[in-house]
Amino acid sequence: MSSLQEHLPILQILVPLFGAILTAFTRSGTTAWAIAAVSSAISPFISAALLIKVTTTGQPISYVMGPWAAPWGIEYRVDLLNGFILLLVSLIGLVSIPYARKSVAQEIDSHKQSWFYTMYLLCLTGLLGICITGDAFNAFVFLEVSSLSTYTLIALGRQRRALVSAYQYLVMGTIGATFYIIGVGLIYIVTGTLNFVDLAARIGPAMPELSRPIIAALAFMTVGISLKLALFPLHVWLPNAYAFAPSFATAFLAGTATKVAIYLLLRIFYTFFSNAIPFYSLPISEFLLVLSLAAMFVASFTAIFEENAKRMLAYSSVAQIGYITLGIALANKIGLAGSLVHMFNHAIMKTALFFALGAMVYRTGVARMSSLSGIGRKMPITTAAFVVAGLGLIGVPGTAGFISKWYLAMGAIEHGWIWLVFLIVLSSLLAVVYVGRFIEIAYFREPSSDIADSHEPPLSMLAPLIALAAATIYLGFDTRLTGGVARQIADFLLSGVVLGGTQ
Amino acid sequence: MKLDLILRVGTKLILPFILIFAPYVHFHGDYGPGGGFQAGVIIAAAIILYAIVFGLDAAKRVAPQGLIERLVPLGVLLYASAGLPAMLSNKGRYLDYGVFGHHFAHAHEWGILIVETGVIITVSSTMLAIFYAFADRSRR
Repeated sequence: MSSLQEHLPILQILVPLFGAILTAFTRSGTTAWAIAAVSSAISPFISAALLIKVTTTGQPISYVMGPWAAPWGIEYRVDLLNGFILLLVSLIGLVSIPYARKSVAQEIDSHKQSWFYTMYLLCLTGLLGICITGDAFNAFVFLEVSSLSTYTLIALGRQRRALVSAYQYLVMGTIGATFYIIGVGLIYIVTGTLNFVDLAARIGPAMPELSRPIIAALAFMTVGISLKLALFPLHVWLPNAYAFAPSFATAFLAGTATKVAIYLLLRIFYTFFSNAIPFYSLPISEFLLVLSLAAMFVASFTAIFEENAKRMLAYSSVAQIGYITLGIALANKIGLAGSLVHMFNHAIMKTALFFALGAMVYRTGVARMSSLSGIGRKMPITTAAFVVAGLGLIGVPGTAGFISKWYLAMGAIEHGWIWLVFLIVLSSLLAVVYVGRFIEIAYFREPSSDIADSHEPPLSMLAPLIALAAATIYLGFDTRLTGGVARQIADFLLSGVVLGGTQ
Repeated sequence: MKLDLILRVGTKLILPFILIFAPYVHFHGDYGPGGGFQAGVIIAAAIILYAIVFGLDAAKRVAPQGLIERLVPLGVLLYASAGLPAMLSNKGRYLDYGVFGHHFAHAHEWGILIVETGVIITVSSTMLAIFYAFADRSRR
């Protein structure tokens, strides 16, 4: 048993990886789903075990590959930050997998289903890999594993436009990954190491002044990863990708892919450059602040006028990512905690919303707002769950969204920026408009002809949706997992950074 | 098809040499340029040449599509499994090739050879799967 404990970090990757390989052998969608279900069910237990071990011992868990010691070999390193994200990603995987069976069976041709699950598991492997690795190049490899499988998942959408969207994302995503690897290359030339911890030690004390290649590397990596996390104005790939991907893929990616990219950004800011302190020597905070605000407002406005419900939620995702990066820009403990809490809460809420919308598409075959009018009478439970998650998105007290926005507002106040609190509230009002518009269409209009004979989705799709909607409420009251852990992480991240750097 | 007699005989002559050259590149990868990737491409090239000269159906009799599609994950399975023995026998961590032999360098040569064999299987079958996918398109 002790040996199993020791190997947990690598098992986190091996379970979905071997699952992906096994699904590629079968041609039966059901068998592939069963393998994916087993892999997805084991993952959260491993992440939970890792996170518990880190929180109880207070020490990061390190696991090196083969006989090569840490700075030379590839190291997997689990600390509070990535333990938290690992748990988030694998939890989303766990709740998604029961939903997948019916949704995928309807949307994907039967001979492609097993490949679809292969791609899903590879995507999960890649995302977990980015989180767990302690090596900058290994992170790039996992970034590509997750990206390439994501392109395939998107391209498998039913409409032909899915291909164009996937291609668009492929181009943008490749540019992002290339920028990241250019940054890694520059850093490797200067420091001669790829290990995160080793990098942090070498970049700081060895270089009292940030040298130009290091600044260039930071810029390349920041822009590259911002493409991946869809930071405004680098978000243009996201709405189409989310709108035309299969419902299950959209829900899974909305909850995981951008969050993992944000994790990588945090890792770069707070581990790579923790000793170099980019926040007070470079205007990164200011840039992030402006872009975050732009995302919160422009994307929310676009969401209000969006006619396709999936695209509306996609634009809302861009806006919500703005809140997360806002917390990073604040760079104080509460703001950073808010950003982490919002990562978790937004993953839960947005996955719930896409589940609900996916269930509507499953029964009606349409995602246009006008066609979905009156859906609240035909699919009351699904619509109610959508509304609960939508309220969370707005940040209504008693839902998860309120907690994260509260943290962000507190962070802004701590900075002395009362106007920012006002802007956070104002942008939340935009969310009221686009969520409210859906509620109005869903409940207060006569059912359209498109949805005349639709009813509640099967239980396997309804149960994960209800679970996530319930979690939205639950996380609005019990903040031990989100708020508590996030504050610890923020403490841990900021321990290497000078506070209040922007002032 | 009668007209391209020279092409067909020439192909038949050259194919064995291509197929022998592939393992040469494969095993040579330890010491110099080469390895599983290049060797896999050479094997796939041999079958693609066969398909071009003798037709897609003939090639699919030699390398059936169903088999090819299963060889793709088989190579990855071998690749990923090469790291497991040390972990399962409790003698080391994942990707520790020390269990494959008594001497460090020797054991690692074996480990890398297993990995490269996984690569040769996956690369050659992936190349062929892509070729089949495109070649089939024009016929529909």
